Amino acid sequence: MSLFSKENREAFLSPLWKNNPVTMQVLGICSALAVTVKLEPALVMGISVTIIVAMANLVISLLRNTIPNRIRIIVQLVVVAALVTIVSECLKAFAYDVSVQLSVYVGLIITNCILMGRLEAFAMANGPWSSFLDGLGNGFGYASILVVVAFVRELFSAGTLLGFKVIPDCVYDFGYMNNGLMLMPPMALVLLGCIIWYQRAKNPELND
Amino acid sequence: MENLLSLFVKSIFVDNMIFAYFLGMCSYLAVSKNVKTAFGLGIAVIFVLLITVPVNYLLENYVLKANVLVEGVDLSFLSFILFIAIIAAIVQLVEMIVERFSPSLYASLGIFLPLIAVNCAIMGACLFMQQREFVNVGEASVYALGSGIGWLIAIVCLAAIREKMAYSDVPKPLRGLGITFITVGLMALAFMCFSGLKI
Repeated sequence: MSLFSKENREAFLSPLWKNNPVTMQVLGICSALAVTVKLEPALVMGISVTIIVAMANLVISLLRNTIPNRIRIIVQLVVVAALVTIVSECLKAFAYDVSVQLSVYVGLIITNCILMGRLEAFAMANGPWSSFLDGLGNGFGYASILVVVAFVRELFSAGTLLGFKVIPDCVYDFGYMNNGLMLMPPMALVLLGCIIWYQRAKNPELND
Repeated sequence: MENLLSLFVKSIFVDNMIFAYFLGMCSYLAVSKNVKTAFGLGIAVIFVLLITVPVNYLLENYVLKANVLVEGVDLSFLSFILFIAIIAAIVQLVEMIVERFSPSLYASLGIFLPLIAVNCAIMGACLFMQQREFVNVGEASVYALGSGIGWLIAIVCLAAIREKMAYSDVPKPLRGLGITFITVGLMALAFMCFSGLKI
C-alpha cells in the first residue's frame, strides 16, 4: 500500500468534516466545551490532543499484535496516560500561563473518549502509518470545532482574538456592548448545537 | 460541620459536574434516552466516585506529594497514571462485587459499569480534589458524594426532558444531537441561578 493511497487519504480527511469526532461521533465533548472561552487555550488544547491521538494511535498500532485482548483497555490507558504526562510537563515548562488556564483539562485528555474510541476502532485493526494519519485527522477535526467555538466566544465576549483587539473603539462609542453571556458555560453548548444544526442541514444524509 | 454541609451543597448545585465543568458529557448524552437507565448510571457513578476520590486522596497525600514518602522525592508527576490505574482497578472490582452479590443490579447496569472507567467525571473529580487541596479525607468524600449526586440530578432531568421531547416537532437537521445540546445549554443557564449561593 502506498503512503498516500485512497484509504489513507480517506482516514485523514473524513474526520475533518463528514465524520467529525465532536459533532458526528459525539466524542470528547467535555474538554471541547470547557476550554473554549478564549482562542489561545483552545488552540493549545487542540494541538495537544492532536499530538496525543496521533502518537497513541501509532504506538498502539505498533503493539497491536502483542497486546493480549483481555487487558487491552489497561494497556491503552497506560500508553495514553504516559503521553498525557509528557505533554502536561512540556506545557508547564514552555507555556505556563496556558497550562494554568487549562487546569484539570490537560489531565482529562486521558479520559477523552476520542482517544479510546480511535484506539479501539482504528489502531487495533490497522497499520502504523494509516493509524497515525487517522489520529492526525481526528485531532484536527476536534481542534477545528474548538477553534470555531472559541473564535465566536472570544470575539463576542471581549471583542478580542488571541488577546488582540479586533472590534475598534469607535464601534463601542455607538453603543455596542460586549456580550457577557458568551463567557458563561451554557453558550458553549448552544453554539455547538448550532454547529451541528448547520452541518446536518448542509448534509441531509447525516440526519437521524 | 457547617463547612462540610456548605461543600456538599456547593458541589451539587454550584460546581455541578455537568453544567459548570462539562465533565462526563459523553455518557451523559449517550445514556440519557430514558429515565430508568439514566438513574442506574447515576447511581453507579456516585458509587465509584465515593470510593475512588478518597482512595486517590490518600494516595496523593501519603505517597505522591513532595517529601511525604521519602525525604526529597517528589512523585507528583506520576499522578495521572496512578489515578487512572486506581480508577480502572476499582471499577473492575466494583463490577465483580456487584456481579457476585447483586446480579439484578448488575444486569440492569450492564455495559455502563465498565464504561465508567473512562467517564471524565470520575477523573475530573480526582483532579479537582488534587487542585483544591482538601484538608482531610472527610472533605474529599463529601465532595465526591456531592458531585456524584449533582451528576445524577443532571442526567435524570435531561432523560425526563428527552422522553417528552420525542413527541415534539423539532426541525429535521436539529433532531437528535443538536436539540439535546441546546436543551442542556438552557438547563445549564437555569442552574447558573445557584451560582451566588452562600451557606
